[in-house]
Amino acid sequence: MTSIAEAGPRRLRVAGLDEPLPRPALLLAAAGLAWLAVGALVLSWPDGQELERTQLLGALALAFGAVQLAAYAGGWLLARLAKLGRFAPWLLVLAAWLAGWEIVTAKLDLLPLPFFPSPQAFVEVYTDDWQRLGSSLLASLLLLFRGFAIGAVVGFTVGVALGWSKRAGYWIHPLMRLVGPLPATAWLPLAFFIFPTSAAASTFLIALATAFPLTVLTWSGVAGVQSAYYDVARTLGASSRFLVLKVAIPAALPHVFVGLFMGLGSSFAVLVVAEMLGVKAGLGWYLQWAQGWAAYANMYGALLVMALMCSALITLLFRVRDRLLAWQKGLVQW
Amino acid sequence: MVTLAAERPAAASSGIPAAASHIAGARLDVREVDHGFVLNGEDLPVLEDVSFSVASGEFVALLGPSGCGKSTLLRLVAGLDQPRHGDLVVDGEAVAGPDPSRVVVFQDPTLYPWRTVWRNASLGLEARGLLKQQRHRVDEALTLVGLDRFAHVYPHQLSGGMAQRASLARALVNDPKLLILDEPLGKLDSLTRLAMQSELTRLWQARGFTVLMVTHDVEEALLLSNRVIVFSDRPARLRADLAVDLPYPRHRDHPELLRLRREILGLLGMAADW
Repeated sequence: MTSIAEAGPRRLRVAGLDEPLPRPALLLAAAGLAWLAVGALVLSWPDGQELERTQLLGALALAFGAVQLAAYAGGWLLARLAKLGRFAPWLLVLAAWLAGWEIVTAKLDLLPLPFFPSPQAFVEVYTDDWQRLGSSLLASLLLLFRGFAIGAVVGFTVGVALGWSKRAGYWIHPLMRLVGPLPATAWLPLAFFIFPTSAAASTFLIALATAFPLTVLTWSGVAGVQSAYYDVARTLGASSRFLVLKVAIPAALPHVFVGLFMGLGSSFAVLVVAEMLGVKAGLGWYLQWAQGWAAYANMYGALLVMALMCSALITLLFRVRDRLLAWQKGLVQW
Repeated sequence: MVTLAAERPAAASSGIPAAASHIAGARLDVREVDHGFVLNGEDLPVLEDVSFSVASGEFVALLGPSGCGKSTLLRLVAGLDQPRHGDLVVDGEAVAGPDPSRVVVFQDPTLYPWRTVWRNASLGLEARGLLKQQRHRVDEALTLVGLDRFAHVYPHQLSGGMAQRASLARALVNDPKLLILDEPLGKLDSLTRLAMQSELTRLWQARGFTVLMVTHDVEEALLLSNRVIVFSDRPARLRADLAVDLPYPRHRDHPELLRLRREILGLLGMAADW
């Protein structure tokens, strides 16, 4: 089976076993103090660039530091808060990184603008342009959802048909071998010409990008089901409908999820390209638009939103998989 | 063989739930069956002119050298494959395909890993659309094999013996008239094996089905069955058909059993001093 479906032993959760009384990590308090120091630095050191959101950035850093200190204090009472200590090393590094970034941009003005905006400028993107960013995110999500849903249904159905029926294999297999490996983006010029709207064209492309890996993996999953599973069901009086729905598909499900994971990944790529080249909405479009204005802070801001969106969707997919494949040993944790 | 039914203790006295009704086992007639495979373009005969009958309620063990075609014969009886020549008749009807009245327990438990023990055991009822009315039968079968406390556990959490008992429960839920056992205890450790052997005898005595069991273990065949059929090397032909006329529970040191064991080992080509 493929690596994502079953690799490595499940990570052991031993936290709490070796420490009967929870004691918050001192490092968390250090991280809180570090963030307070960053806030003080932002507020007390005069800016070398002309910037608007210095006060807000400083306040945010102070507040974040205060939250960490509060979590440290609360950790003496609540085990759950004490567990936050595992983030402390990351929080410390982030504080140092933010301080360095702030100093070389906003304070000393060492890096050329507009390519290297300061943290304040980054914050400003969200305070001043959140409406456009939000609607872009929504547009991207909608487009992605439509395309992915269509691609998933088609890919899964075709994959099951290929794995199950010889006749379906005869007709579909050559087509899939020819067309499948073609990157969905290669259809882009043609799709924008054939489909009435750019949204329909992009939906088609995303569906295509999703469907191919899912088809191949569903197919291999269904084709690889042990014949003994079918023998068992057949001797118990199963119809072929039962064999497909209750034997072949559940047995192939680990493969199907690998296919969905790969399909989701390639759908992200197609989404961004389609939005950059034709669709007049979405995060890809926002990136393109920001570049036109040389608004690099906005580009970084949009990239972060996009990264969070993609990561959240993958996380969601893994959560669904963990629920459906709870019977499997050794699932990879995302 | 007719007397056997009378020898069995009544279901009630052996602690079996009364709902486990005593059903008549199937009668099996195997008539002049030939079968073979084509392997790498070469014809490989597996069964040659095999004929025998199994009376209703009988426990028949099939013994033979490894790879001689015993398991192939079981697949034919189950209806999973069709013979090249000859007939397999169960209760007067030719075997045309698999049927839930003839259930196979394979050497591997082949439980579905995505289903709990309960849902594995309910497979036959679900496949035939009977699950809603007969849920209690799944519980009964699991109790019968001692897995009621493990009903909601996934197969990967079971030991080998428990998994094989679950697969036995999956078969018993369907009230088979003919239980086809393909080395069901072959992969178990020796202690689990002994426990499962007496459990099998108990179930067979209580339920009254016919059993056709392939095994490699001569002693196991003699402990469990009424009759032992010995096959030759491939292509399998009938070498001997021996009655084991001993009361249950049997003791492995019984002189008659030892005599039969020597005889069968001799038929299988083992030296007499074994």
